[in-house]
Amino acid sequence: MSLAQALDMRSGEGADLILRGASVLDPGAGIEGVHDVVVRGGRIAELAAPGVAAEGLEEVDAAGLHAFPAFFDPHVHLRVPGQEHKEDIETGTRSGAAGGYCGIVAMANTDPPVSTPGDIEALRADARETASVPVGFLATVTRGMAGEELTEMGAIRDAGALGFSDDGLPIRSARVLRRALQYQRLCGGAIALHEEDPELSGDGVMHEGPVSAALGLTGVPSVSESTMIARDAALAGYEGGRIHVQHLSAVESVEAVRAAKAAGVQISCEASPHHLCLIDEEVRSLDPHRFKMNPPLRSEADRQALIAGLLDGTIDCIATDHAPHAAEEKDLPFEQAAMGVTGLETAFAALHTELVLPGTIELALLVERLAGGAAPFGLERSSLAPDSEANIALCDLAAEWTVGEEGYESRSANSWCAGRKLTGRAVMTLAGGQVAYRLRSFSLGVAE
Amino acid sequence: MRHLLAIEDLERDEIEAILDRAESFAEVGRRDIKKVPTLRGRTVVSLFYESSTRTSASFELAAKRLSADLISLKAAGSSVDKGESLKDTCATLSAYDPAAIVIRHPYAGAAQLVAGWSEAAVVNAGDGKHEHPSQALLDLFTLRRRLGSLEGRRIWIVGDVLHSRVARSNLIAFQAMGAEVTLCGPPALIPRGIEQLGCTVSYSLDGIEEADVVYALRLQKERMAESFIPSIREYAARFQIDSRRLGPRQWLMHPGPVNRGVELSGEVVDSPQSLIAEQVASGLVVRMAILYELLASGERPAPAEQAPTPIGQPA
Repeated sequence: MSLAQALDMRSGEGADLILRGASVLDPGAGIEGVHDVVVRGGRIAELAAPGVAAEGLEEVDAAGLHAFPAFFDPHVHLRVPGQEHKEDIETGTRSGAAGGYCGIVAMANTDPPVSTPGDIEALRADARETASVPVGFLATVTRGMAGEELTEMGAIRDAGALGFSDDGLPIRSARVLRRALQYQRLCGGAIALHEEDPELSGDGVMHEGPVSAALGLTGVPSVSESTMIARDAALAGYEGGRIHVQHLSAVESVEAVRAAKAAGVQISCEASPHHLCLIDEEVRSLDPHRFKMNPPLRSEADRQALIAGLLDGTIDCIATDHAPHAAEEKDLPFEQAAMGVTGLETAFAALHTELVLPGTIELALLVERLAGGAAPFGLERSSLAPDSEANIALCDLAAEWTVGEEGYESRSANSWCAGRKLTGRAVMTLAGGQVAYRLRSFSLGVAE
Repeated sequence: MRHLLAIEDLERDEIEAILDRAESFAEVGRRDIKKVPTLRGRTVVSLFYESSTRTSASFELAAKRLSADLISLKAAGSSVDKGESLKDTCATLSAYDPAAIVIRHPYAGAAQLVAGWSEAAVVNAGDGKHEHPSQALLDLFTLRRRLGSLEGRRIWIVGDVLHSRVARSNLIAFQAMGAEVTLCGPPALIPRGIEQLGCTVSYSLDGIEEADVVYALRLQKERMAESFIPSIREYAARFQIDSRRLGPRQWLMHPGPVNRGVELSGEVVDSPQSLIAEQVASGLVVRMAILYELLASGERPAPAEQAPTPIGQPA
């Protein structure tokens, strides 16, 4: 099932266009080379030799640009219902489209949380009116995220939820998670876990280490994450369930997932661009707009472990944990400010700049991991192979830009990249077969 | 110096300039008329989001001794009670065109934010568990009068380092002046990784006899509820500074208010080695010096540099 079929988006015409002379790179499909990418009716018709005749198609000059399978973000906060002052489905999906994404998964920790079949139906109906890229919705594992009673997982799945997560909070009770894994056998659906032992993280606001000691900020120890991963991997193994671990941040966490995978547990995991690019030293600025999030930015050793996990496949995919907040929720002393940063518009550009250009990881690996977020939710990965649905991120790897200079597609401005100079960005995105985004300057260039 | 936000921001010569200035105000304090006209016509705002006795009292008296107009705001009973954000409070206060804002706040970095939101010189009078630079300066002033130089001196800071902004500012300040600092307390109250600031960490009082100065920190009794300490008795048995543990040639300091019978025994508080009352007295002149350096220095030349003479050793 294609993303447009499996998820919800605004209905529209399938794209009819040709990307002339694009450098096509889809490592998953084994495609690398310069092609004219022919898209008809929203599907990839062929990867033609440059110069093919293409009557009735919009011509897009893609010479010097890269066409990648568009990215999939398994971890986005769209803030609907209840927090539309931060983001909504329209602005959030537009933000995703601008980052080269063809699909996103919306978290359920809204106000009130998404906990009923009706909640899911309402969100899906909204997405069919307003979403510019396909969106999947999660419901909470526990009613109202209270951590006590399970939601009606079967009925919620029947209403079309992609899976379940109490993201924002851990599932404190091992008993409750065990029951959820038992019901997962009946109704399927991914269970995505925010791993944090609140007894250990307490009221921590940053990574526990020399920087928190120097700043007098309460630290969140790395083991508050890894001990919960170990517990939940053991439960998943015992129940034969399937779990997806969200936003890994620490050495010990990567080791815990690696050990669980080696033991045969059905476990997948994600890491975020900010944890792959930044460390806790940034917090010395006491700037919560860019550097306060949960889990917190950790040490250089932790960052290196995440990169190693990305390289060896322990970390399956990159997830932005796009967490928009209004200015007044961030214009506060560090400890009082809201947790979270936005990331959809900058994920590719930041990782290209910080990890690919210095030679830390290959471009092909970055593309794989940015597209890899579909699999943990049982979705088809985007592909540039002929006859696939058109899910294409057309990127200019040489584009230099300063984040925030032209504003954001997101309703919120708490980008961890704000003010950074990045190299590379999406100039056009096809998602679910439709043109979801064109960078303004790029589309003007096309019109000439 | 534009603001006083953190000891970490100061160079040694800037610290010494403030201490020298404080020395000149100590002289003013011995006059019959203790008031000087330096800040006449200028406004100082004292903005306290946390309770405080000595810090707010000494900053306010310092401003008055310098002839400034003073606006004193406490969070309780002000618009803060009605949910006004720090940013909006700053904007409101800016309408009075204050020359300086002295702020105490329960969260780290609040003073830094105010510095970004206001034209005034900002003095951090304590931000969360982060820094308390005026306390560190008054402690340096107190010690300089007793010991002369701190170069090579050994200072033990004992107690609840984890929750103490005083510990952090003083550690940095003592080291900046050449002292060797040991932090001492139970592991649960010593922040992980703090030794990377260049200090030694000790989990017992063994070896405290090497210290020239013992600086005890306040232990809040609520810490028991969070299991940072098993009981006051267990804490006091291992970490209380009492007359057996405090040698006759060691100076004792404490930022106040003291919990007698917890971090200090009553007898050492009242002993001749105790500098606690002198610390309070230093607070006034050092805070005058801070306001002066921020608002008036450059208007007239600094007093000639002069090493203060130690005024006697403990018996």
